[in-house]
Amino acid sequence: MSQAQLKPSSISAEWRKDFPILSQSVNGHPLVYLDSAASGQQPAAVIDAVAHYHREDHANVHRGVHTLSQRATDAFEGARDKIRDFINAASRTEVVMTSGTTESINLVAQSFCRPRIGPGDKVLITHLEHHANIVPWQLVCEQTGAELVVAPMDDQGQLELEKLWALLTDDVFILAIGHVSNALGTVNPIKGIIAEARERDIPVLVDGAQGVPHMAIDVQDLDCDFYAFSGHKMFGPTGTGVLYAREAHLESMPPYQGGGDMILEVSFESTVYNELPYKFEAGTPNIGGVIGLGAAVDYLQSIGMQRIADYERDLHDYMVAALESVDGIRLIGTAASKASVQSFLLDDIHSHDLGTILDHQGVAIRTGHHCAMPVMSRFGISGTARASIAFYNNSDDVDRLIAALLKARQLFT
Amino acid sequence: MTKQAANNAELYDLYRELILDHARNPRHFGRLDNATHKAEGINPLCGDKLKMYFNIDNHGRIEGTSFEGSGCAISMASASLLTDAVLGMSVDDADALFDTVSARLTQSGIDEGSAVDIDVDVPLAKLKALDGVREFPSRVKCATLAWHALHSALSHQPTPATTE
Ligand SMILES: Cc1ncc(COP(=O)(O)O)c(C=O)c1O
Repeated sequence: MSQAQLKPSSISAEWRKDFPILSQSVNGHPLVYLDSAASGQQPAAVIDAVAHYHREDHANVHRGVHTLSQRATDAFEGARDKIRDFINAASRTEVVMTSGTTESINLVAQSFCRPRIGPGDKVLITHLEHHANIVPWQLVCEQTGAELVVAPMDDQGQLELEKLWALLTDDVFILAIGHVSNALGTVNPIKGIIAEARERDIPVLVDGAQGVPHMAIDVQDLDCDFYAFSGHKMFGPTGTGVLYAREAHLESMPPYQGGGDMILEVSFESTVYNELPYKFEAGTPNIGGVIGLGAAVDYLQSIGMQRIADYERDLHDYMVAALESVDGIRLIGTAASKASVQSFLLDDIHSHDLGTILDHQGVAIRTGHHCAMPVMSRFGISGTARASIAFYNNSDDVDRLIAALLKARQLFT
Repeated sequence: MTKQAANNAELYDLYRELILDHARNPRHFGRLDNATHKAEGINPLCGDKLKMYFNIDNHGRIEGTSFEGSGCAISMASASLLTDAVLGMSVDDADALFDTVSARLTQSGIDEGSAVDIDVDVPLAKLKALDGVREFPSRVKCATLAWHALHSALSHQPTPATTE
C-alpha cells in the first residue's frame, strides 16, 4: 500500500503550536516526538504558570502568615481542586499529592496493605503491569509473607478475563491493575473488572499513569478504591503525581512518611496527625510542580478529554495502518481496545539500533523493555520499538516515522 | 556538507558493512565447553546480555574464544570482533587491548591522528570499525560491553560485568 492511498487527508493537530519544544530541529531534522508515553511535553501555559510562581509567588505553603506564603498556598490548593474536578473525586480530601505514580503505589502497598496482610493473603496483579505496579507489591509480599499472584494475558496483549475472575478469590486482599498498558497500549475493561472485584469485596488500585493522558477519568463512575497517576505523563511537570483514594481508606491508614505538614501537634510522647489529605503529605511538597499540574489540567479541560480521545483514535488508526504497510513490521500489542501506543519490531533489527537510526532522522521513539520485562518475556522478545502519540502529534509525524523506518531497513539490508 | 548529510555519514559510519556482517554472522558463536575463563556482560539500559568464554592454556595463551547471548548490532559485532582479535594472544596482551579499545571508544570528537592507536595487525585493524560509536554517546556502552566482560573473565572476577 502506498502512502498516498493511506492518506485521504492529513490529520493536523491544532494544538501543536501550544508546545514550544516541538518546533526545534534534532540532528538536522524537525523534531518528531513519538515518546509521550514515557513523558509528555508541556504546553506554554504550564511552563508559564511554573515560571510565574517562581518569579512572583514562591514561599512555603501552609505555614506563613505573610502574603507570599498565602499566595503559594492558594495556588497549590487551587491545583488540588482542579485535579479533584478533573477526575471527579467526591472530595478534595481524597486527592493526595505525591511525586508520581510510583510513590502513589508504594504508599498504598505500605500504608494500606502492609499492616493488614500476612501469610495466606494474596496480592493480585496482571501480566501487563509496569515495574512500578509489580515491585512495590513484591516488596510488601516479602515483608509480610503474603503471596503475589499474576493474572495472564493472551497473544494480543489482552487480559484473559475468565481466568482473572477465577483468580478473584476470597484470600485476595487487593487487586492492582493498570488502566492502560504502557508497553502495549491495551486499554483494560477496568470498569467491569472493578465491579467484579467489588462484588467479592476486594479493593482495587488502578495504575492510571497511561490512562489519564488519553481519556476522561471519573473515579466515582469507575468506583475504584485507589487511582494513581503521574503529572509528567499528562503534560505537567515531573516530580508530581496523585493518589486518589476513598476517604474511608485514607482515614483508616497510618501515615506513609512522618515529618512536617502531616501533623497537628507533636510532643515526644505522641503526635496528632493532620487531617486528610495532609496526613499523607509529609514535608514541603513540589509546590511549583503541582501548580504546573493544575495549569495542565486547565489546558486539557480547555480542549476536552473526549476531543483528545477522538483525535488520538483517528491518528492511531492512521499510524497502525501505515506501520502495517511496511514490509518486515511485526506489531506487538494488537488488543481490540487500544490507546495511541504501538510497539513493533522491524525485521530482526534490534530495537536499540532502530532507536539510534530514527533519532538520527529527528524521530524520537522509545526502545527496549519499557519497564515491563514480564510483558516482553510473554512475547519471547527482549524489547520493542514503541511509538506513542499525543494530541500534539499529526499525520506528518507518522509519515516521518515510516520514512525513517524504511531508511533503517535500507541501512540493514 | 549539510547537517543532514553529515548525520547520514555518521550513521553509515556506525553501521559499517563490517559491523553488520559480524552482527548477522557472529564468529565463534556458542558456548565453549572447555572454557577455563568466562564472564557475563549485562547492559541494563537495553537488555543486552553476553556470555564470553575463553580457554587459556598453561602458558597464559588464549587458545579458544566464543560468546553467546543477544543484543543490538553494535554489541554483537563488538563481541564477535573481540573473539577474533584475542584468539592466540597472551592474557597480558589481551588485557592491554581491553585498555586500548576502551580508551579509543570513549574519546569522542578526536581526529584519527590523536586516537589511541591499535597495532595494525590485520585482525586488530578491524576493531577500528567500531570507531563510529564515538559520535553516539548512548551507544558506547554497547560497544564496550564485551570488552568489559573480557576484562572480568581474565581477572577471574566472579560477578557479572556491567558497563556501569
Ligand atoms: C503504566 C505505568 N505505571 C507506572 C509508571 C511510573 O510512573 P512514574 O515513573 O512517573 O512514577 C509508568 C511510567 O512509565 C507507567 O507507564
